Amino acid sequence: MSVAVLKPGLLTTLQDRGRSGYAALGVGHAGPMDDVSPRLANALVGNTGDAAVLEITLLGPRLRFDVDAVIALTGADFDARVGDETVASWRATRVHAGEELDCGRARRGVRAYLAIAGGFRAATVLDSVATDVNARLGPFDGRALCAADVLTMVAKRRNASPGQAAARSHGLNERRQTWSLDPRPWFDADPAKPIRLIRGRHFDALDRTSQAALFGAQFRIAADSNRVGYRLDGAGLALAAPLEIVSEPLAFGTVQLPPGGQPIVLMSEHPVTGGYPRIGQVAAIDLPRLAQRRPGDPLRFIEIGLDEAQTRYLHREHELARLLDAIAVRLA
Amino acid sequence: MSVHASSISSTPDFEIEPGFRIEPLGETMLLLRFGERIDPEINARVHATADTLRRVELPGLVDVIPAYASLALHYDAAFWAGRDGSLPWQHLAGALRAVFATPPRGDTGDGRMIEIPVCYGGRHGVDLDAVAAHAGLDVDAVIACHTAADYRVAMLGFAPGFAYLLGLDPTLHTPRRADPRLRVPPGSIAIGGAQTGVYPSELPGGWQLLGRTPLRLFDAGRESPCLLAPGDRVRFRAIGANEFEAMAEAAR
Repeated sequence: MSVAVLKPGLLTTLQDRGRSGYAALGVGHAGPMDDVSPRLANALVGNTGDAAVLEITLLGPRLRFDVDAVIALTGADFDARVGDETVASWRATRVHAGEELDCGRARRGVRAYLAIAGGFRAATVLDSVATDVNARLGPFDGRALCAADVLTMVAKRRNASPGQAAARSHGLNERRQTWSLDPRPWFDADPAKPIRLIRGRHFDALDRTSQAALFGAQFRIAADSNRVGYRLDGAGLALAAPLEIVSEPLAFGTVQLPPGGQPIVLMSEHPVTGGYPRIGQVAAIDLPRLAQRRPGDPLRFIEIGLDEAQTRYLHREHELARLLDAIAVRLA
Repeated sequence: MSVHASSISSTPDFEIEPGFRIEPLGETMLLLRFGERIDPEINARVHATADTLRRVELPGLVDVIPAYASLALHYDAAFWAGRDGSLPWQHLAGALRAVFATPPRGDTGDGRMIEIPVCYGGRHGVDLDAVAAHAGLDVDAVIACHTAADYRVAMLGFAPGFAYLLGLDPTLHTPRRADPRLRVPPGSIAIGGAQTGVYPSELPGGWQLLGRTPLRLFDAGRESPCLLAPGDRVRFRAIGANEFEAMAEAAR
């Protein structure tokens, strides 16, 4: 019941929905950068949304399966293969014992999610199997996968897991599911589209030029961006007057302004608190899109109000829940 | 209980509350602001509020994040979607108003007392001389001053188990290093401006290093992962290099 890591890829980590309940101890949430794609990958193989998946970054791993498995890839578009057969994303695929899955490279986007029917099994650390690379917390001592690591799958019960049963009984032919999801509403790596941003608590403390620049200028995602945050090159921003701020809680998507003037968008592994001015907050509906942008990609912000952002977020969660239900019904 | 009023500027999208103001921090967090300063009384009210939230078991909460003068609630927006058309953040803010109809009182008296043994100076505290020079004291006076005070854990943040402590004697306030270190050893006791804290693991940092404790501040595998919890009282006790080595060996 295992999957051997032959090549680890650039940055491949185990992730669940994230680590909650320990923020008061300074332990961050971590979890996937794109919170939508892994839920859909799990649904396609009949898992619940909190099953552990692999987050794959730009250059994917090569994995050998020692048992028959049903997998699904979602998120960024990778040229994945089993042998010389292409593995399409957004669709359940059967991999046979002894076969190797080469996830290839990202053609569009950055992060793909690999789910396996039954889910990957790992010891929980503080109630989660999310890998926090920066805090070195999680499975494999909180590091990305290395060659020769072995991933275990949740053991097949006497009654096969829903995904496996579904895979057998419903349209999954020798290799692939006969139907797939339309990625369009859920995956968008287009760097030309603006990202919606809510004004932050200290937006008004920016000087006039910087206020205009935050919503008008084109930034570029810096090369040293990672799961902790995206540093934005381009227009340097400045406060109208120095601010004395004590450390405060931060959120995924908070845009901070360090003294150097290059904003930082906090991402999945952000620290729980920080003391730089908070000039904006990326709308939650656009965080999956931002997570699929590459270092070097341009980035422009457009303003959205909190109320509209929260309304749209609820709507997205509602639509996603409907789709997850529809997939479950189709597999039932 | 009037510490919070004057220093806060009013902006249109927050509301005046008894004891705190509510600021949405994105779609799934609400920040309760008690003040804008590092102040023991404000911080005590933050922890009293966090305790109340744990006690009343408000549903639909993902996490509670206490800081120096504010506290964030990470919540499930779908759970708090109002039936009456109100938005989740408004709905939750209403529930908080009901829970805290009586403003939370901070009690600075209780809390566990944790003693932390520290080997000051030498290779365990390479900035002790610089701190002494800045304070205009000799090294022994710095150690005496640092071990005489009663500290309190204001918050944990920056990294798992990193404790920010209140109670540093103003004579020991020392600016951060102009050139931050890439690796600060785990257990380092450090001063950054008016703040003091303990590094739980090897981390980058720009604070001045006074000494080091052999205790493990954070271990995710322990029943209680963190040695220090918000609201705990802390005292430092000076130990020698031999005792440090013996305790470090025992902790391994």
